[in-house]
Amino acid sequence: MKALQKIHSRFVPLPMENIDTDQIIPARFLKATTREGFGKNLFRDWRYINNDESMPKNDFALNQSQYTGEILVAGKNFGCGSSREHAAWSLLDYGFNAVVSSFFADIFKNNALNNGVLPVTVSDNFLQEIFQQGNESTLTINVEAQTITIDATGASSHFEINPYKKTCLLNGYDDIDFLLSKKELISEFEKSTKE
Amino acid sequence: MGKTLFDKIWDKHVVETINNGPSVLYIDRHFIHEVTSPQAFKGIEQRGVSLFRPKQTIATADHNVPTLNQHLPIKDELSRMQVEQLIENCEKHGVELYGLGHPYQGIVHVIGPELGITQPGMTIVCGDSHTSTHGAFGTIAFGIGTSEVEMVFASQCVLQTKPKTMRINIEGALQKGVVSKDIILYIIAKISSSGATGYFVEYAGSTIRSLSMEARMTICNMSIEMGARGGMIAPDETCFEYIKGRAFAPKGESWNESINKWSQLYSDSDAIFDSEININAADIQPMITYGTNPGLGIAINGNIPRTENIVDEGERNNIIKALKYMGLESGASLLGMPVQHIFIGSCTNSRIEDLREVAALVKGKKKNSSVHVMIVPGSQQVAKQVHAEGLDQIFAEAGFQVRQAGCSACLGMNEDKIPAGEYCISTSNRNFEGRQGAGARTLLASPLTAAAAAITGVVTDIRAMI
Repeated sequence: MKALQKIHSRFVPLPMENIDTDQIIPARFLKATTREGFGKNLFRDWRYINNDESMPKNDFALNQSQYTGEILVAGKNFGCGSSREHAAWSLLDYGFNAVVSSFFADIFKNNALNNGVLPVTVSDNFLQEIFQQGNESTLTINVEAQTITIDATGASSHFEINPYKKTCLLNGYDDIDFLLSKKELISEFEKSTKE
Repeated sequence: MGKTLFDKIWDKHVVETINNGPSVLYIDRHFIHEVTSPQAFKGIEQRGVSLFRPKQTIATADHNVPTLNQHLPIKDELSRMQVEQLIENCEKHGVELYGLGHPYQGIVHVIGPELGITQPGMTIVCGDSHTSTHGAFGTIAFGIGTSEVEMVFASQCVLQTKPKTMRINIEGALQKGVVSKDIILYIIAKISSSGATGYFVEYAGSTIRSLSMEARMTICNMSIEMGARGGMIAPDETCFEYIKGRAFAPKGESWNESINKWSQLYSDSDAIFDSEININAADIQPMITYGTNPGLGIAINGNIPRTENIVDEGERNNIIKALKYMGLESGASLLGMPVQHIFIGSCTNSRIEDLREVAALVKGKKKNSSVHVMIVPGSQQVAKQVHAEGLDQIFAEAGFQVRQAGCSACLGMNEDKIPAGEYCISTSNRNFEGRQGAGARTLLASPLTAAAAAITGVVTDIRAMI
């Protein structure tokens, strides 16, 4: 996993609530056996008419050239639905390194963090403040300070992140390395629970 | 202070808790399937490590498999490759696989319980959000991502932050025609598709106690649809009776020991939950969804909410968008609306009891000529039982198509899809846009409500038929 310390970028707004993982990456694209290449199918059925890449839906933010950047800003309950990590892989592969929302589904949040995509939870009011910014507007996310700032207005908000996960993110550590280092302890645990 | 059922099981499985961080949680049983495991196998291979406890992982192929002609090679190349990759990975890493053609093959959340692999007090994970199903046996069971599948491969543990606890108490007798699917659809409609996010739910009360194991599984299955990490029910006689004699159930002396141990698994009377909800069973009616998340459900004889009356702007826009996708009107009733497809199957409602209920209702009747009806048993064993009981005959006479075991039309990943713009009453768990195929319109309901519509061709109040 690559380290993530700071993001300074424009953002893509998706002001809908309950964006589920079937919208982020429809099930028919889950047939790959690697983690790469999912970005082209991100929000596939919201991006194209009849699944046809030559017919983009012009009213969808990902198809509007004025919206760009490494940050996706979405309505509450983002990532609800299935446990498919492909949702996080497709966001990352497309070029998003953070998702900002006022509420995230649990499994998505874990999956995102395990892939170095930062879920940033802000208040409903702060989320609306971001949506009201023009398309040239930029955001700055500072992982160490746990802050997200609307650069044009200077408005800033604190976000929560588990201290362990924060260390992982700042340094690019992953959980599997950590668990591998615990194998002896886990073996002892197994012995102690055998009656 | 007493402990909750959740805490009792959780505490027994914590290897270590990281300071200000998650816990290292030991996993007793790990189920895998072809879709969310290949990258995890690749991951441990790249790290040069082997599976830590391969005997605690059980595999099956369900999401991608066709439900007709399973003896032939899978036509779709990518699906075939994914299933072949699973076979190869299981062979290479010593994992037991109940693949296509095996008598134990089926939907992962159907086969675990029916084989007696799922047992009270266990921690169970699978790269699939409906792993919550296994909670019906008094287990901590939850869905995980592929990175976490890799963690279990590497260490038989996952890193988890302890969730908050919620208890949902349901008391009293159910109305005629109301079944467990209606209970869970009612709860989700009441608290919304994110109403239990951050919580692990225990379902309790006299109504829950009166349900069979298969009915309990339907409820726990859909816990994720209200955002919960998982759902669970304290094991009791009904549970022990269900497990007894199954292929992997404890036998002989070990059975008695297990019963003693399992009998301790309940929330103490003075245990405190972070949240409690009380529901009167008599208030629950047959349910149906009208929108594009499982929280958008109504009583079958109710009306879709009037969007102009919804105060919250986000919620209003959400429902307007959903109704547009569904081709439905604000304020309308669904009763009498024609549907084109009926899907009876999925990890929510594809067990023998579901199919018996359907058969009892449709026996001697014929489906409406305008609907296509698909019955997909959850496993090879369920399919075998359907045949043994002659239910397949009843279905054939009714004009229903009985297919082979798999996830089928629940998720639009295999050949079974609903065409764009058409309506399907489905016993599955999700009505998201495109879930059953691009543009498909899903109405979630119980097997009884689905069967009633199969006969009439329109959305029907089951209470008028029984």
